[in-house]
Amino acid sequence: MAKLIMTVDDSTSIRQMVSFTLTSAGYQVVEAVDGSDALSKIGDSSTIDMLITDLNMPNLDGIGLIKNVRTQQRHRFIPILLLTTESQEAKKQEGKAAGASGWIVKPFNATQLVEVVRKLLK
Amino acid sequence: MKDRNQQAFVEEAKELLAGLEEAVLEIERDPLNTELIGKIFRTMHTIKGSSAMFGFESIASFTHELETAFDCVREGTMQVTPELVTLTLASRDHIASLLLVVEDGLQVDEALTSKGNAILRQLRTLMPQAAEPGVAAKTPAATVSDPNADSQKSVLYRIYFKPPENIFLRGLNPANLIEELAAMGDEEHVVHADSPSVQEPEGADLCRSIYDILLSTAHPAEGIRDVFIFVEEDSELRIEKLYDAAPLGKDKWQPLLETMRASKGVPTSSLQALINETEGRREKVKVDATADGGTGRHQEQRAIHSIKVPSERLDKLVNLVGELVTVQARLTIAAMNLTDPTLTQIAEEVEALIAELRDNAMSMRMVPIGTTFMRFQRLVRDLSVELGKEIRLVTEGEDTELDKTVIERLGDPLVHMIRNSIDHGIESPDMREAAGKPRTGTICLSAAHSGTNVNVTVSDDGRGFDVEAIRLRAVAQGMIKPDSHPTEQELFAFAFAPGFSTSKEVTSVSGRGVGMDVVRRNIEDLGGKIEIASKQGQGSTFTLKLPLTLAIIEGLLVRVNDELFVLPLAAVKECVELPPWNARRGNGGQLINVRGEIVPYVRLRDYFEMTGSAPSIEYAVIAEVEGKRCGFAVDSIIGEQQVVIKSIGKSYKDVKGISGATVLGDGALALIIDIPVVLSTAESERERLLRLASADVRVESSGSLAIRGEAQ
Repeated sequence: MAKLIMTVDDSTSIRQMVSFTLTSAGYQVVEAVDGSDALSKIGDSSTIDMLITDLNMPNLDGIGLIKNVRTQQRHRFIPILLLTTESQEAKKQEGKAAGASGWIVKPFNATQLVEVVRKLLK
Repeated sequence: MKDRNQQAFVEEAKELLAGLEEAVLEIERDPLNTELIGKIFRTMHTIKGSSAMFGFESIASFTHELETAFDCVREGTMQVTPELVTLTLASRDHIASLLLVVEDGLQVDEALTSKGNAILRQLRTLMPQAAEPGVAAKTPAATVSDPNADSQKSVLYRIYFKPPENIFLRGLNPANLIEELAAMGDEEHVVHADSPSVQEPEGADLCRSIYDILLSTAHPAEGIRDVFIFVEEDSELRIEKLYDAAPLGKDKWQPLLETMRASKGVPTSSLQALINETEGRREKVKVDATADGGTGRHQEQRAIHSIKVPSERLDKLVNLVGELVTVQARLTIAAMNLTDPTLTQIAEEVEALIAELRDNAMSMRMVPIGTTFMRFQRLVRDLSVELGKEIRLVTEGEDTELDKTVIERLGDPLVHMIRNSIDHGIESPDMREAAGKPRTGTICLSAAHSGTNVNVTVSDDGRGFDVEAIRLRAVAQGMIKPDSHPTEQELFAFAFAPGFSTSKEVTSVSGRGVGMDVVRRNIEDLGGKIEIASKQGQGSTFTLKLPLTLAIIEGLLVRVNDELFVLPLAAVKECVELPPWNARRGNGGQLINVRGEIVPYVRLRDYFEMTGSAPSIEYAVIAEVEGKRCGFAVDSIIGEQQVVIKSIGKSYKDVKGISGATVLGDGALALIIDIPVVLSTAESERERLLRLASADVRVESSGSLAIRGEAQ
């Protein structure tokens, strides 16, 4: 059974890149456009195996999303990957405190992404 | 050469040396560039490490001292001086000769050894006292985690890891990280509990375990660190080199693990003491010797983007593709004769595939010209020092790709040309200053694509050609009459004549009048051409026009009598009928009217002095060479074809007008016409005739233009 990964980003191109890359690597991917969209979709779906999220998003941002997801019993220990930019060091620390497993600094390439996802989903 | 690994080492070392030369030359201009110093140091280190591993002690020990010197430079106790640069270059050459010796499986002889020792003696005089060999080895620094660890052999690390308490809540698991470590080599660990109640991490919200890990791996320390990438900042993590003198088998770890289990956070130095006790003192010395190593080879961790293949295999591939092209031509002809639509379709598909295969195979032999250019930085430096000139070499278009055969054969001509520019072109600094030029002369070496050709130019901002001096010299050597007034181009051409030199003195570099004619011959052998542009006082530019490849060309197959010829299609513009009223029989000097444009043509039948008579309607293949159009009259035109160029052997190499031969699909032979040569021969012949008959040139305005050029 392929692992289900959710990618949350308000940028369509980033979502598509993540989605395409991970689908090619054999994962199943669902997309969400921001934190609240992600939460409502997680509500619908059963359990996701991993979350990949942007930090700055409208409605509910990445930090808020992580905090919320970590309160859900079934998602307490899933890997969560942040997509950050170089300038977001403070935000990254906040994300880690909220429960992010790791981060990838944009711009990143497909190989990097797959490597990190493999590492975290071990 | 004993085995393939050693061969691989030699290949690698050669590449490293090329890179080294580049870095050393660059550092001379930029002596404080720490990146370059680091690069030089790493190169030395890698050569030392791998040569020792493959049993080439002579190279390892020599390189070691050089490495030590650059370690001093790295630490700032030594300066990059011109002397150091010269010595480093000499060392590089010495290592290269050592490589040649080991490559041939020979022993290093005394002469070479003493040469190496001489270099090292000089090197030692430059080095600060404390860094002299023997004193150079540092006190055991092995306790510190060394990110520059040598990746060539297994090193035993001790990893002390106390994860952040919230590691589980961050979706991470220490067990996974340890699993990743275990995948890198041999791994054993003991777990200590920070708080006695938490032993089993599974299900616990907070992690209070401490992991004390032994890992024997060939990965460098930063590879290990990467495993902890997402938790490193929040963890207590120490990665320490325990032992790297020799592989220490897992079976010998038990006492270590017991100590680690018994005392939480036992100092690494205690563990090392334990190893040394069991492994003896002999190894300890080795730890000291290797612990100060630099960056190893980390490339291995990167994905493989390119593979190396011996060039003979590529040549073989290209040859086979060549044969395939020939067979495919036969298939096409057979399919055409049988007029079976199915077969024709297959033949067409095969043709398309083979064309692609051919392009691919050819592209594999294409190599960038940059490596060849690199050689010349050194040449320019050495020669300009020798001649007391200040010269900068600028290179452009290093990425331009050329067939490797062309590149291999281009080296020598370029050496000659650059030597020539350095010796004759660039003036001495004082003369330059007097002429209002910067003291430092510039030689520019560039390469660029131009259609199916590659142009390689060597230009300098030196004194340029002294046209008058060349003329006088040519007169003195009886090449021209004193009262003749040849054009500049014609005079420049004398530079390529054998034995012609305007140099007043013979230097060690050039001036003997050999060289440029060899250059021209080499370039012509490659199917190329040289052009000169020069302005006195401002410099000269030599342009080499080279074909992209030598092996396979697109050709146009034509026939005269029963003989087949191939004209390289790249030069062919169009084919026209040659009606009898235009086909005046004569000794060349004929023109044809192609839609109003008057084009001279050469009758191949006459050029090759073939017997028999031409058909009533001949054809002319119009070719364009260097902007000039010219026709070739033939009996009939058969069609386009890919042809594999075969050499016609030494006996025929002096036959002008033929550049090779090819075997056609049906087994017949065809000669490949060397268009530029035929043209220039025909042209000089025509000019001679035109001069003789200049009074008799008539333009007949009756629709067909003809100039009667025959001698009366």
